[in-house]
Amino acid sequence: MTVIFGFFLLTLLLITAVAIVQSQNLFVSVMLSGMFSLLLAVNFFLLDAADVALTEAAVGAGISTVLLLSALAITAKHEKAPSSSRVGALIIVIIATLVLIYATLGNPQFADPNAPVHQHVAPWYLDKTAEAIDIPNVVTAVLGSFRGYDTLGEVFVVFTAGIGVLFLLGTQPGPFAQSNPFKLTDPKGLRHYLIPRVVGRMLIPFILLFGLYVQFHGEYGPGGGFQAGALIAAAIILFALLEGENSALKVIPRSVLIGLIAGGALLYGVVGLFGIFLGSNFLDYSVLSSNPVKGQQMGLLIIEAGVGITVTGVLLSIFHAFAARGKF
Amino acid sequence: MELFLDIASWILMSLGGVFVFIGGLGALRMPDLYTRMHAAGITDSIAPILIIPGLMLQAGLTLASVKLLAILVFLLLTGPTASNALASAALLAGNRSEQVKSTAVPESEE
Repeated sequence: MTVIFGFFLLTLLLITAVAIVQSQNLFVSVMLSGMFSLLLAVNFFLLDAADVALTEAAVGAGISTVLLLSALAITAKHEKAPSSSRVGALIIVIIATLVLIYATLGNPQFADPNAPVHQHVAPWYLDKTAEAIDIPNVVTAVLGSFRGYDTLGEVFVVFTAGIGVLFLLGTQPGPFAQSNPFKLTDPKGLRHYLIPRVVGRMLIPFILLFGLYVQFHGEYGPGGGFQAGALIAAAIILFALLEGENSALKVIPRSVLIGLIAGGALLYGVVGLFGIFLGSNFLDYSVLSSNPVKGQQMGLLIIEAGVGITVTGVLLSIFHAFAARGKF
Repeated sequence: MELFLDIASWILMSLGGVFVFIGGLGALRMPDLYTRMHAAGITDSIAPILIIPGLMLQAGLTLASVKLLAILVFLLLTGPTASNALASAALLAGNRSEQVKSTAVPESEE
């Protein structure tokens, strides 16, 4: 049954992907890419990767759609006609596709228990998590502790991407921002639209609460800093859309956002350094408490908080940077 | 009792599925934007009302049922709101229904 569902979803994914490429209307493309992410999330969920599914749904289908829409607000609505012949690109794509299909022939069978990925370090992680960290969600243990370096790298990728976007778009509103009729968010928000406003206001606290649940329940169920950051950012973006961007900036000003971006990554790094100061290795949380297991759990909670803070800060900053940008 | 619950839940879920199908058909076959939204919007509200209680009967008195109830409340709040927002956005963007043009406001416009 799962396999049938999987094939169905993958077929839909393929159709959506072709539709994204085919569509000349960029707005349609953005909406379809949101659908693509949602289908992908369901597919991940079918494969029992709940953490990845949650990330894909929150970031791919939720936040990136909003960010792409805000990017659309400062560009054209239609794709430009290609200026030159695309035969060369077609040939490259065909060759790459054939190479990729050839590569899949070497893959292990679907759900093969003897696949290399199940034989290498995975059994060790599954064995050691209960003993060393004592949390039910092995994904969080692998992500935050066993492979803490990788996650630190990811946080710095998010951090660097955020800084890069802010360098390109600027942190302050541009000269055209106030008079721009095509602005994404009306300064007054959706005050005239009673129903979306009332329902949206009602939902915001629950979205925030769910974000915090996902943040601090990551050790026990699917979730963690990345997903929670996206959810909290989504709640505040909803607030910005309903009440106007300026009200959202009053809640969390730009200076605080910059602090959040740097602070979360810094928090993660400082926890790592604490390991060194307490006489162990970088990012070894066992020494944070007298009980190594408690130390690991404490370390995970703090670094997940750091991840969440950075992700929230970056996503909100990018949103505000797009929203403040005037039309050329 | 078990059998009765199973039958009830399958009836509810199948009915919900039928409504989703009707909604999809309407969204494809109706003549203009507003009638399409009408088809998709109404069936999108009735389908969760049927499908989620069906799933709750399967789950029994567990935490999963509470979560399903929360999802139902969320869907019942957001679905109609999204339809409303879509309709008012379409109206603001100047999308007039063919039917509205021909029947409802003929004198005032011509």
